[in-house]
Amino acid sequence: MSLAELICPAGTPAALRTAVDAGADAVYCGFQDATNARNFPGLNFTPDELAEAVTYAHARGTKVLLALNTYPPAGKVDLWRHAADTGARLGVDAFIVADMGVADYIARTYPGIRLHLSVQAAASSPEAIRYYCENFGVKRVVLPRILTIPEIRQLRREIPCEIETFIFGNHGLMVEGRCSLTNYLTGQSTNMDGVCSPASDVEYVRDADGSMSSQLAGFTIDRFGVDEKAGYPTICKGRYAAPHRPEGYYAFEEPISLNLSRLLPELIEAGVHAFKIEGRQRSKSYVRGVVRAFRAAVDDIKAGREANIADLIALTEGQKQTQGAFETKKWR
Amino acid sequence: MAVNTMTKLTLGPIAYHWSADARRDFYARIADEAPVDEVYLGEVICSKRAPFHEADLPATIERLERAGKTVILSTLAEVMLKRERKATEDLAAMDTPEIEVNNAAGLYARGKRPHRIGPFMNAYNDATIAWMAGQGATHVCLPAEMPAPAIAAAAQAAVALGLGVEVQVFGRASLAVSARCYHARAHGRTKDNCQFVCEEDPDGMPLRTRDDRPILRVNGIQTLSESYVDLLPEAARLIADGVTHLRLMPQAVDMVAVAQVFRDALDGRVPTGEADARLATLSGHAGLSNGFYHGTAGYRRISAAAPA
Repeated sequence: MSLAELICPAGTPAALRTAVDAGADAVYCGFQDATNARNFPGLNFTPDELAEAVTYAHARGTKVLLALNTYPPAGKVDLWRHAADTGARLGVDAFIVADMGVADYIARTYPGIRLHLSVQAAASSPEAIRYYCENFGVKRVVLPRILTIPEIRQLRREIPCEIETFIFGNHGLMVEGRCSLTNYLTGQSTNMDGVCSPASDVEYVRDADGSMSSQLAGFTIDRFGVDEKAGYPTICKGRYAAPHRPEGYYAFEEPISLNLSRLLPELIEAGVHAFKIEGRQRSKSYVRGVVRAFRAAVDDIKAGREANIADLIALTEGQKQTQGAFETKKWR
Repeated sequence: MAVNTMTKLTLGPIAYHWSADARRDFYARIADEAPVDEVYLGEVICSKRAPFHEADLPATIERLERAGKTVILSTLAEVMLKRERKATEDLAAMDTPEIEVNNAAGLYARGKRPHRIGPFMNAYNDATIAWMAGQGATHVCLPAEMPAPAIAAAAQAAVALGLGVEVQVFGRASLAVSARCYHARAHGRTKDNCQFVCEEDPDGMPLRTRDDRPILRVNGIQTLSESYVDLLPEAARLIADGVTHLRLMPQAVDMVAVAQVFRDALDGRVPTGEADARLATLSGHAGLSNGFYHGTAGYRRISAAAPA
């Protein structure tokens, strides 16, 4: 059986302590700049805060993984190198990377620190994963949320590194690390700036008929009736009209959360080493609830007991959830 | 603009599901009439489409090469299924023509033999380009969303390593790819059961916001910009910054005429302003944009400074 480590989000120092106390095996976090893919206002760590966080986590047997998982534009690579230097100095347990230049720098400069391949690298075949393992010594790949469990089981046999999969939280639809939708509408790049449908560009506009438009940078991403709850204008979760769908429809995906709690035993059996919970942007109480529930579930499964995960459903976005690609190819 | 006769014009791979007939006609005209130096062929977006036009590839390559064009075969942007892995391996094994790699699986299969880096490879910076050059890359096409200062810095690094540097200057920008087919979804189908409905939209399926503003285009698993990128007014600066190849992405417009407009402007035969006005006419209803280059929202069109 795999270790079934629980990898938990730490958007702030308080969330980090919460996740550690709730039973995380590892937490992942980033600095307050473009070097990570959750570069949102009010989130992330100063170097001093990270130093304290590493001390707090290590004292309780929890690992700290530092996300350096964006793509530096030419001319700014030093920001990523310095972030890696700082992380190494503070004793993080692994770097989560996507860019080959960043991976190469860390592999050469800090050969003793583990490299994990971010989902932002979009490595979804044995060959792509082996490329990163053989060239940069990557020890673990975070898989894109596009594979079925039989495909993961097969993949496990063909790669020399550990597998981490997302099990809960935001359900990304586009291949991570290959999406410029936000930059197209707002001028801020997911890959280069770590920004996705930024709150600073969001506006909710009440229309004359009482309906509500949720807008991003002036584009109406969705419109809601008087009785509907207006959702956040994430571009890939919006409703649009197409020639065959003049009424408007979720062209990519509806606002829905990934929840693989029912599939945990199968994922463990398929050889998944680590389960990742998405949500560095979420509140402390959310982190506490989710981490506690999954801690109990994983412990139950390891002990051969039936896992109870009913509480998790209440925490999901819009109260709707999916098993996404993990359950069936029909998702595609 | 200053005369830039050395700058190469390239034609990127067709992103859409054009029929085999449409492709044959298209490349015959390109071979005979279009002033492009290099042509990228192959299915980059959806592995299900490849069987429709694969058989024509050898004849198309020969036709284009006879016309003096350099031909490069591009690999898939997304590689997950067995047939996608096999297609990537098969291309990577070829000695001629050149290949352009769009997925790390292709880099793995190619090893250190010479290859080009495609726009899906995320070569955003000098460190990554230097790494890739050390692994056999001879040429790099930068991501479409890069702003001018980063393009200049990346180009400088690439040129110093002896690499060709390419930037898309015309056509819809690729904004995202997915494992899910959004063409199939729009028609209530799944990817496995798509019945190739994407063939109905040779310039992508338009999405409009619920207040009726054009926003994006769907092409199977790919999402594209509604507007066509147009960097003709910026071409002189791109070239001054070290860019050696300018890429035109095939759209359902007169691409021979588009290529001619760019060549005329590069060779100094037609003033930039006049050339750009012609491009706007040729692009029909599609808006033109250059926001990414100018470091702002990609859909925007920023007026150029006084043309060089």
